[in-house]
Amino acid sequence: MASIELKNVSYTYNKSLPSKITAVDDVSLKIDSGITGLIGHTGSGKSTLVQMLNGLIKPDQGEILLNGNNIWADPKKIRDIRFKVGLVMQYPEYQLFADTVEDDIAFGPKNMGIEGEKLNETVESAAFFAGISKEILKKSPFELSGGQKRRVALAGIIAMSPEILVLDEPAAGLDPAGRRDILGGIKVFSKIKNTTVIIVSHSMEDMAMYCDDIIVMAKSKVIAYGTCSEVFSQHELLTSTGLDVPQITRIAAALKKNGIDIGDDIYTVDYAVDKLIEKYKK
Amino acid sequence: MSIVIKAENLNFSYPETESTPKVDALKNISFEIEEGTFTAILGHNGSGKSTLAKILCMILESQTGSLTIMGKDVNSENITDEEIMDIRKEVGMVFQNPDNQIVATIVEEDVAFGCENLGIPSVEIRERVDNALKEVGMYEYREHPVAKLSGGQKQRVAIAGVIAMRRKCIIFDESTAMLDPIGRKDVLNIIKKLNREHNITVILITHYMNEASMADKILVMNEGRIVASDTPEKIFGDPQKMWDIGLDVPQTTEFLYKLNHYGYSFPITVFDPEAVAEIVSKEFSSVE
Amino acid sequence: MGSDVIFGQYIKGDSVIHQLDARMKIIIAILYIVIIFLAHSVSAFILLIVATAVFIIMTKIPLRLLLKAMKPLMIIIIVTAIINMFWFTGKTLLVKFWIINIYLEGIINSLLIITRIILLIMATSVFLTYTTTPLKLTDAIEYLLGPLKVLHVPVHEFSMMMTIALRFIPTLIDETHKIINAQTARGANFTSGGLISRAKSLIPILIPLFISAFRRADELATAMECRCYTGGDGRTKLNVPKTSCADWIFLLVIIVLGVAVVLLNTFIPIYSM
Repeated sequence: MASIELKNVSYTYNKSLPSKITAVDDVSLKIDSGITGLIGHTGSGKSTLVQMLNGLIKPDQGEILLNGNNIWADPKKIRDIRFKVGLVMQYPEYQLFADTVEDDIAFGPKNMGIEGEKLNETVESAAFFAGISKEILKKSPFELSGGQKRRVALAGIIAMSPEILVLDEPAAGLDPAGRRDILGGIKVFSKIKNTTVIIVSHSMEDMAMYCDDIIVMAKSKVIAYGTCSEVFSQHELLTSTGLDVPQITRIAAALKKNGIDIGDDIYTVDYAVDKLIEKYKK
Repeated sequence: MSIVIKAENLNFSYPETESTPKVDALKNISFEIEEGTFTAILGHNGSGKSTLAKILCMILESQTGSLTIMGKDVNSENITDEEIMDIRKEVGMVFQNPDNQIVATIVEEDVAFGCENLGIPSVEIRERVDNALKEVGMYEYREHPVAKLSGGQKQRVAIAGVIAMRRKCIIFDESTAMLDPIGRKDVLNIIKKLNREHNITVILITHYMNEASMADKILVMNEGRIVASDTPEKIFGDPQKMWDIGLDVPQTTEFLYKLNHYGYSFPITVFDPEAVAEIVSKEFSSVE
Repeated sequence: MGSDVIFGQYIKGDSVIHQLDARMKIIIAILYIVIIFLAHSVSAFILLIVATAVFIIMTKIPLRLLLKAMKPLMIIIIVTAIINMFWFTGKTLLVKFWIINIYLEGIINSLLIITRIILLIMATSVFLTYTTTPLKLTDAIEYLLGPLKVLHVPVHEFSMMMTIALRFIPTLIDETHKIINAQTARGANFTSGGLISRAKSLIPILIPLFISAFRRADELATAMECRCYTGGDGRTKLNVPKTSCADWIFLLVIIVLGVAVVLLNTFIPIYSM
């Protein structure tokens, strides 16, 4: 799988003004497989970090390495990096513009220079992974429901066959079924296409369900990075930075206080039930 | 207790257009909302929740059925514009997108907007605006430009605008959907306070199960119909039914429900994690 | 970032001039502009320079910020002055070179023109843009144009449109940035190619921006209706503009200045334009 690495990366907004804000402060980390969740609340620097991954923002200091190569080695070639690191921004349905769903999905691949039969194949395969049925392809994107539009926008990025897929709040504003559809689809895509995925979200429950690893950002720095169980077991650290932990993690913590210890790495309901039954079944 | 809103057999369809077929958004909707209660409306996208909200604040009019708000028959043909305005003065709405409901550039000017429309004397507007801003904890920001606030803060300003108009009933149409966890918590606390301390009738349309669990009553909508209407305990007491229509239950309930598969009989509608731990540890500590 | 735009050049402060009634400030600014045009004699200009300097000091706005506002206009001012200098014919010839004749009167005239332009910029900055928020200005204009309502001029509606425009400019600027970023992430290229291909590359930005603006307008209209908005009739205001003693004193000072300028023009006509 493709890897992306940050080495001592910093970025400051309004550098020359007294109102300057350091959004990312000396962050180093490496992501090279599976689905990684990035959590932290508004203003923690996660959105800035995400925009640095595909070169929308150039770091003031430090390097960003894609598969070991500095993405800013040749600034003229930064456009190629954007195809390799696909970024789905927040509420991506508001970027749709083409007459048909098909044309909209094809915008990215066309910019890459893909044409003809290859283009059709790319669009169809992307639509498949995003859960878009064939008859929708000829429709105008503006006739679709909110959830469908979101999937079209996702397909538009998947169609560029990125080596790394970055999604900023992909499930925001969707209902539970919509969340499951889109996050489940991303998981399948990651597995089948062997793509490294980074998801930014506020929802601990979703993160716990779909991610392998979790990065926690607070005040422009990474304060925790590890597997789901490693990170969620530090629930005191999470709550102290104002982040929520899944309700089930809070139940497990309260159980432990009452003398029922089912471990610190509880973050899904099914796992908690299994652990409890396994350990304490009459 | 008096009935604030009474709906009987409401139907609403969006007419056919060039590109979209006719959509039956609401089918035979009937319900009653009592004064001072907290009602949550749950349902997935496209279930008709937002259409219902628009009908309740008279942006849309149902095609058949009767709707009585504050004792006035809204669908009656001889309702006057003044009567509609009277009802609007009593029923306020807070929308999903905080950006698209704020009219003025400065916080206090926006909070005053509704009162200005009602023709309230300036001195009284000032008093109402100051009180409303204190109520939502935004008084220090009264002279700030709206554009520099966070989503949660903007939503609190929108709520202050509704409070300043002294509405008896407030509808929140997915008002927390676009907020981060902190913003959501702030807004929910204000909603709870308005309901409990000021006896304002609250209707909260939401996707979040734990928000709905705070309500006195939940209406569950699916494909334009009300498929269940009961207390949160009863509604979440049947998780399978919720899952079948693409909704969820709070994790606390899911946990207890799944434990019960192993032969336990926990009451599954406990929504506080600490309380859940309490009852579970009682059962299990006897085992060791 | 966006909200700096709506406030234009407004600089927060609590000086006497900041606190003047916006309606009065508009009237004072108009009068002062007229007075600046009335001035012809060097003596009158000196009076106005002194007066303007006093006003600037009263606003407590750092001179540095005021000069910053002049910067973009400086080239135009200088070019105008130089052209004027070459064209002007007077009595005292100073330089004669090829076809260029520069007279002393020409130089003085150019200096007076520069002074006049600078005074005009300073006057509007001090009384309007630097010390009054756009919102207050809009309200004041609505009030001053109020009598036109009798002629069925939709004064309130124009003012409402202004207010909403001011409110949504920063929102739409942010939105534009987001859309540009999103399309850039899909490989859109806005900077290369010929004129036509560049114009074409704007489509993926403009269409979503328009759609979003319409959606926002629609939602805002609904929200305004829910908040009992029915137009300008019967509306009251949170902040009712009130004139205070200071407003009338300022008006009086300006009128006295005007009279003084006319007198100086007539009785001490040094190098009159």
